Amino acid sequence: MSVSKFQPRLLTLALAFAGVLFVAPLLWMLATSFKPEDQAASASLRLLPDPASSTFSQAQDNYTQVWNDPAIRFPLYFRNTLVVAVLGVVGMTLSSAVVAYGLSRIRWRGQSAVFATILFTMMIPFPVIMVPLYLVFRELGWIGTLKPLWVPSWFGGAFSIFLLRQFFLGIPKELDEAARVDGMNHWSIFWRIIVPLSRPALAVVALFHFIAIWNDFLAPMLFLTKPEQFTLALGLQMYQSKAGLTPWNLLMAASTLVALPVLLLFALTQRTLIRGISGEGLKE
Amino acid sequence: MPTFVYDDPPVRSSRPIAAGLLWSSPWIVGLCAFLLIPLVLSFWYSLTDYPLLKPAVFIGLDNYTSLLQDERFWRVVRNTTIYSLFAIPLCTVVSLVLAAMLASPGVKWPRLWTALIFMPTLVPMMAAAMIWLWLLNARYGAINVIFGTLGVVGPNWLEDAAWALPSILLTSVWGIGQMMVVYIAAINEVPRSLYEAARIDGMSAPRRLWHVTLPMISPTILFNVITLTIGSFQTFVMPYVLFRNERGQKAAGDFYNLYLYDNAFVYQKFGAACAMAWMQLLVVLALTGLMLLASKKLVHYRGA
Repeated sequence: MSVSKFQPRLLTLALAFAGVLFVAPLLWMLATSFKPEDQAASASLRLLPDPASSTFSQAQDNYTQVWNDPAIRFPLYFRNTLVVAVLGVVGMTLSSAVVAYGLSRIRWRGQSAVFATILFTMMIPFPVIMVPLYLVFRELGWIGTLKPLWVPSWFGGAFSIFLLRQFFLGIPKELDEAARVDGMNHWSIFWRIIVPLSRPALAVVALFHFIAIWNDFLAPMLFLTKPEQFTLALGLQMYQSKAGLTPWNLLMAASTLVALPVLLLFALTQRTLIRGISGEGLKE
Repeated sequence: MPTFVYDDPPVRSSRPIAAGLLWSSPWIVGLCAFLLIPLVLSFWYSLTDYPLLKPAVFIGLDNYTSLLQDERFWRVVRNTTIYSLFAIPLCTVVSLVLAAMLASPGVKWPRLWTALIFMPTLVPMMAAAMIWLWLLNARYGAINVIFGTLGVVGPNWLEDAAWALPSILLTSVWGIGQMMVVYIAAINEVPRSLYEAARIDGMSAPRRLWHVTLPMISPTILFNVITLTIGSFQTFVMPYVLFRNERGQKAAGDFYNLYLYDNAFVYQKFGAACAMAWMQLLVVLALTGLMLLASKKLVHYRGA
């Protein structure tokens, strides 16, 4: 009996340790970003600067210095990333829902072949197509514009279509049939029945894609050429590698600025997001 | 009345293929524009000498043969393979064990621990790379400072060739959160009755994990291992930031896609870059196929 009481406690303790270990790098990023330069680059593990009373003003100094850097224009990159993310998320959610509708609420020959192809494309690594994709975008005159980062989202994504199709399949067929008797066509069934019933799944798709776009580095690095179009991830890399060594406290402040929006989003949508990844939130 | 109204939709549904194709058309157009055409183009360019500013000249398999004789090519193949051979089992074991612990009955606040372990996977790759650049700094990085307080001199993680692999493995273990969440969901689907039976038979927790949980979630393991394999071949941002600086370990931290990127965008050898892309694609497809074949014996699918 004592074993069965002892074991969960031991497990809880081990998990708490693991949890702290996984979050520690993020806490250290935050701690470094609050310190003056000489205290950041020192063999001390203090979380707050010394004297601790200076924390707020020191943090304010570091962050305003990063935000107002004359060469690396974070406010501009912030705006660019937001523009790309919003355009991409709207396109991805809408187009994936349309395609998923075609693959779940309409029965047609060739449906399973299309679906199999969609699953298959999930296996193709991005680096395999990045070089020819660059040539395609160059041909279209998109290199040096934000288009390569959001236009492809308007053609659906394999993972989003997969997720939404599974969800749509769970909606009772009788609803469509009743709607058809009422004279609704596919377009109005989609907008007036399927979309309103699928809000949780659509939210998961939107959330995933927002995070993917916000975090992407490789595509912006390849396709953006003008500094005034850079995204945050690219700006952060420029900030680190710019002439001279970037002080650690400022680099961590910049990293925090880039990571914070996604982490806040996670804090707000934690349950939806984790359920979405595990496929749990998609069951009625 | 219903018959008249009903007449309109059947015009569409009498041609369901047209309707189905119409609704799927965004995907089909995107597939052609952003995947098929690039794939076909890249195969063609892989057979050419293409310095971007001049037209492509057909040279047969020269790109492939010269890559196979190229020292750096074999270095990146070796580094990427060794990294994958370590990273795949390591990340699988860590995420499985954590998931099994989180899913076991009686554990307090499992959602909190899950959230904490999951959080790092959301951090933008570039920010994550900056964090590790700082943590692994030989002098002032938190890891070596902790070693220092224990009286141990920490290794020179990023500048010593021998420590390049451990450094990058550390960063990949940090990112197992998503996989772990998928495993937790799979474990929660295992019927409770199986555990009851195992407990009555006197099985210990580790043996229940081995004999009950693992067989029952083997389809999920297969899925995660395939995803992980594809992902580990794609490794780019971490080595790009950690090792490509004045003092970083450039040789030991050189990965396949770094060379591919250099070929295309630094040396302007688009032909060679496309040849590398195609070799990578074939290897990924072959490995996935092999895993699916091998899994027929190892993976247990519950009767439908």
